[in-house]
Amino acid sequence: MEQLKTFFSFADPNIVSVVVGAVLLTASSAVVGTFTFLKKKALVGDAVAHAVLPGICLAFMLAGNKNPLVLIIGAFVTGWLSLVVMDFITERSKIKEDTAIALVLSVSFGIGILLLTNIQHSGNAAQTGLESFLFGKAAALVGQDLVVFSIVAIILIVLVAFFFKELKLIAFDENFAKAIGLPVKGINLLLTSLTVLAVVTGIQAVGVVLMAAMLITPAAAARFWTNDVLIMTLLAAFLGAFAGLSGAFISYTAPSMPTGPWIVMIISIIALISFFFAPKRGIIFRSYEQARLQQTILQENVLKELYRLGEIDDDMFRARSTEELVARRHFPKGRLKTTLRRLCQQGYLSQDDGLWQLTNEGQQKGKRTVKLHRLWELYLSKYMRIEPDHVHEDAETIEHVITPEIEAELERIMDFPDRDPHDSKIPY
Amino acid sequence: MDAFYIILTASLFSISCGLLGCFLILRKMAMVGDAISHAVLPGIVIAFLLTGTRDSFDMIVGAALLGIFTTFLIEFFHKRARLQTDAAIGVTFTWLFALGVILISVYAGQVDLDQECVLYGEIAYVPIDLWITESGQILGPKAIYIALIMLIINILFIVLGYRHLHLTTFDPAFAASIGISVSLWHYLLMGAVSMTTVAAFDSVGAILVVALFVVPPATAYLLTDKLKPMLLFTALLSVAVSVLGYYLAVLLDGSIAGAIVTVAGIIFALVFIFSPQTRVFTSKKSIQISSDETSMILFNHNITQGND
Repeated sequence: MEQLKTFFSFADPNIVSVVVGAVLLTASSAVVGTFTFLKKKALVGDAVAHAVLPGICLAFMLAGNKNPLVLIIGAFVTGWLSLVVMDFITERSKIKEDTAIALVLSVSFGIGILLLTNIQHSGNAAQTGLESFLFGKAAALVGQDLVVFSIVAIILIVLVAFFFKELKLIAFDENFAKAIGLPVKGINLLLTSLTVLAVVTGIQAVGVVLMAAMLITPAAAARFWTNDVLIMTLLAAFLGAFAGLSGAFISYTAPSMPTGPWIVMIISIIALISFFFAPKRGIIFRSYEQARLQQTILQENVLKELYRLGEIDDDMFRARSTEELVARRHFPKGRLKTTLRRLCQQGYLSQDDGLWQLTNEGQQKGKRTVKLHRLWELYLSKYMRIEPDHVHEDAETIEHVITPEIEAELERIMDFPDRDPHDSKIPY
Repeated sequence: MDAFYIILTASLFSISCGLLGCFLILRKMAMVGDAISHAVLPGIVIAFLLTGTRDSFDMIVGAALLGIFTTFLIEFFHKRARLQTDAAIGVTFTWLFALGVILISVYAGQVDLDQECVLYGEIAYVPIDLWITESGQILGPKAIYIALIMLIINILFIVLGYRHLHLTTFDPAFAASIGISVSLWHYLLMGAVSMTTVAAFDSVGAILVVALFVVPPATAYLLTDKLKPMLLFTALLSVAVSVLGYYLAVLLDGSIAGAIVTVAGIIFALVFIFSPQTRVFTSKKSIQISSDETSMILFNHNITQGND
């Protein structure tokens, strides 16, 4: 607690610089990552991140020092090259995209490791700290490095803000963007450059191996809370920054802890929470909705079968046993019982001595489902020219989904038809 | 002798990885292999903490279960949360890998693993870790035995399951229709991939394993269209890159694993440039479509139309 206070009072200028660095680096990669995520190119960023390593090593070998600008240029060149090579491989051979990504990723990383170990064995004193590119050093980013990488991060955020509309368009509909006269190639080039730059700065925070998480995970988490790209981008940036800040705090309190993996851990936990608990898109909400829909379908099917039994012996309100129902259609046994009981509570059925009887409301509801089923069968065979023996399955699903508006429309265009393709009467 | 031991270990592991990798790239699952190789790390650390050694067979099985769990998790996020596949892969493996690195730091005193060794292994130490029987007889490096057992398991798996693997790879719908469980073979393959990854982990590191899974098979894929020759070429290429890689590492005084991957990349590039199947020197648009291909395209077109 005491440490938390000291940390967030920002009295120590070191802490200020660490916080500024961690937040800017993670937020800027999250912002760019949103667009690679939306373009479904998330893993390309992973390959670029690995490809940056040989560039850094080569730049160091040529320059002989760790000047951040030189390293950025080296990283940028090989990062870009990896994208070109991936495109070239998929375009000019039968190798698929995923293999091309894995291939470029692993080979460039292998070359990077070979160069890195070669540099380490060379005994050049300036090389110490080069391996921090592997796992990041968000907490140790100071001085010149901090200034350079912060400026790059700010440039990234400003560029995305400036070209927001264009980036959004090509993320969703490249053809439309082309049709309204946008320079699609140029914008794609911009996004590619932004990705490479984001990777180059981001690996300062989390390192080569985990860079993919900084691009993908905040965007994936944010996607679960909103459908609006602007909100999603801001949320991704915020979540990324929060993870960066927490990571910096953890390495402040426990200096032996690796910052990068902790940042990734925190953003991953946020993402997992989003996957499960987000309203509307989350797994729990979805499962609940699914169960509810299945319950509705089951109820409607029970009422429908009772109605059809009534049609057969011309007595809608005769009490019937569950055996009679099961003989007509397979219902899962346990769920049938709860469904019947629930229908009773809702007033669609009445129960007497283990026998079930439709009420007026139940009869109405069963009739509607039967009507929709037969209307849809007729519509399919009349307008879609589908053979009458092919329409049942389709109607079986759609009968539970049709809204009153579509119902009215169906009745109108077919002018309240009498009989369905199987010559059953359509009840109104 | 040391050089021989190192090259032999590398060759045995790369053949194992390459043979499985053929099926991975044909199933468009190269990145899933990548994900598994990262995600087994926490499994390795936990198994290490429990057993206290890193070459027990329990550990290989334990970490392999984590690999299967990874594929399951990716599918779970994809199907139940409707997260796009690439993002599901990216989120899952980075999360588990981060967990592994954190565990290594927390138990730094108890786990004989460091972050660098996780990335590119320590194949140079293979000859040091000898298998000595109780009677004091020296039977050679342990890693060679592990590599040999893994290779035998993988070859048995592929030979015995060849028909099923072949069918579920190229025509899963047909395989399912004649009663082959597609998902069973999917998870068996993933299990084999995970076990091989963990076994090879010591020598080549978590990340460079991916290269052995992908690069030789992709090179072989450029040379042939048939599965059996592809497997054979992959095995030959795997041995070649191991031998050449070792000497490149000696020449440059660098990581052996890194050098093996570099050689694999160079061979791929050469095959890519000179293979008649690729189109390096002709632009994409000027490819002539033969009359056979044209009729094939039209035929396919009619089939899709018919289905509508």
